[in-house]
Amino acid sequence: MSFTESTETITGCNVRFMRGGKGAPLLFLHGSSGAARWAPFMEKLAENHEVIVPEHPGFGASDSPEWLDGMSDLAFFYLDVIDRLGLDKVNLVGGSIGGWLSAEIAIRNQTKLNSLTVVAPAGIRVKGLRKGDVFMWNAEETARNLFHDQTYAEQMLASPPSKEGLEVILKNKLTTAKLAWEPRFYNPDLHKWLHRISVPTLILWGDGDKVVPPGYGPAWRDLVPNSRLEIVENCGHLPQIEKTDRFVQLVDGFIREATR
Amino acid sequence: MKFYFMHLMPYADLDLSYDEKHDSAWVTLPNTYFDPKKGHQLYNRYLDELEYADQLGFDGICVNEHHSNAYGLMPIPGVMAGALARRTKNVKIAILGRALPLLNNPLTVAEEFAMVDNITGGRLIAGMVRGIGAEYHSWGVNPAFSHERFQEAHDLILQAWTQPGPSVFEGKHYNFEYVNVWPRVYQDNPHPPIWIPSQGSSETIEWAAHPDRKYTYLQTFASVSTVARYMKMYKDVAARYGYEATEDQLGWSLPLYVAETDEIARREAKEHIEAFLQKFLRMPMEMLLPPGYTSVKSMVGALSAKAGHAMKQTIDTVIEEGKFICGSPATVREKLEEYQSQIGFGHLLTLLQFGTLPAELTRKNMEIYSKEVMPYLRNVTSRKAA
Repeated sequence: MSFTESTETITGCNVRFMRGGKGAPLLFLHGSSGAARWAPFMEKLAENHEVIVPEHPGFGASDSPEWLDGMSDLAFFYLDVIDRLGLDKVNLVGGSIGGWLSAEIAIRNQTKLNSLTVVAPAGIRVKGLRKGDVFMWNAEETARNLFHDQTYAEQMLASPPSKEGLEVILKNKLTTAKLAWEPRFYNPDLHKWLHRISVPTLILWGDGDKVVPPGYGPAWRDLVPNSRLEIVENCGHLPQIEKTDRFVQLVDGFIREATR
Repeated sequence: MKFYFMHLMPYADLDLSYDEKHDSAWVTLPNTYFDPKKGHQLYNRYLDELEYADQLGFDGICVNEHHSNAYGLMPIPGVMAGALARRTKNVKIAILGRALPLLNNPLTVAEEFAMVDNITGGRLIAGMVRGIGAEYHSWGVNPAFSHERFQEAHDLILQAWTQPGPSVFEGKHYNFEYVNVWPRVYQDNPHPPIWIPSQGSSETIEWAAHPDRKYTYLQTFASVSTVARYMKMYKDVAARYGYEATEDQLGWSLPLYVAETDEIARREAKEHIEAFLQKFLRMPMEMLLPPGYTSVKSMVGALSAKAGHAMKQTIDTVIEEGKFICGSPATVREKLEEYQSQIGFGHLLTLLQFGTLPAELTRKNMEIYSKEVMPYLRNVTSRKAA
């Protein structure tokens, strides 16, 4: 696997980055389980892009800064990151709370963005459409509810975390709570401003998502003007893991289209 | 040493087979399990028991706060304290809540406590807690800010009690242009005694023992060795700050059952303490320890301890660990005297009703305890003090 690791200090916060590949920049913003490892989908996206994967402040090997109180802080932080890395025409891809974060960045400033891909994003609420209570699920329920194909869940359960791994899981969960405990996984104001996003936007959703139900897909499509919704079949909350090839094909194709 | 009768007011009529369908008596146990007709009986019975403690010569009575559960039916403990304020004459009334971070406006606690303090002419003991983890699920309050909100709410209440109003409060979670609580507290020199109940936390002890506060640290339901460790920690922190902690700064709260003989006590208490342990306290780890409720380090510790011995608690395990004191008056006297002389706590809060323990046995327990245990220990400890 061809990637490099580095730590950069941005806005007083040490952030761990993984990078690989050449091409147009693709900034991947992870969800609540972090981005500790260079995953196969990153490797595949790196065939056509310069893939940049930070661990958000408060996650994994990155610092937990004093200033981090909520999603707005994280969105402004990433505007600092984009400036600091000198990124331009960047393709922003975010999953789950990373998708929410991507939209929060885009409504604030999209001048450096080429495209936006949100994968099963949290961030809005459709009344009556309940998200899974990830804070109440134990390890087994979490694994089972994350995936449609239970062999992935069983793989996850077959290798319980080490003590260090558990510390990272709990750290990630704590920051997730900061961002999303209340209101639960959404920003009551976000839906009012999603119309500001004008870059081409791809919305991806697994049809069997039990964390953020796929019923949220059409709501996002209706709120983001220049957007398209793709449903990934037989897939849970993490299409990039569970349907890697389909995910990469859709994202690559979309970015090609958006770049023309 | 001072003696308190503590109540949790459990929903003792709970259908104990609930756990065939539900994994907890908290948060998600449907409130259809609660029958208001039985609730009416229970509330009045429990209030009678608290009032009886006044007549039996206890120094204080304690009410508690928990939400959305069968374990304790006092979500708004001030209602109980208000009822007791007029019907009791001598006892201190300790409100052991209030779960400050759960509140959007902590001044409601400043008001509630001040009212009870005025009605009783200064018999209030003011408890301040963070609430247990389950309550952050029930109330939707973010546990990641639990510590911050507790500190800030405490500062706000203290300001309301000790600074002439109106004053301004500028916080992160709470902001007020006019802090001006009416009534002022009756115990205004400088404020009512503050107790900090805790399941055991070095951060809490560090904070409570600080010379600016010197609050009474109250160790709740824990083994004797844990009680001893945390109370020593309090004394050590005090010594580091350059003062000696008094017994008045240390309290212990535990269930206790005393009967004619050891054998009778064990037989009568068994099913009721086990209902308390196995049914009313029952909740999964994710409920008990939401993210941020404790530090990542202590949570890793708790999770691995849990994995290490997920042993079922029974009457024998809790007696063995000293979490529950049970026996004849002689046995109970002997144990308490020994623990008190070793550990040096000045407040003993006994839960003389627990789980499903019925009215008749609760009264018997209270009577034997107050007649055959309390006076003896009062003598021993006052002689020691003198």
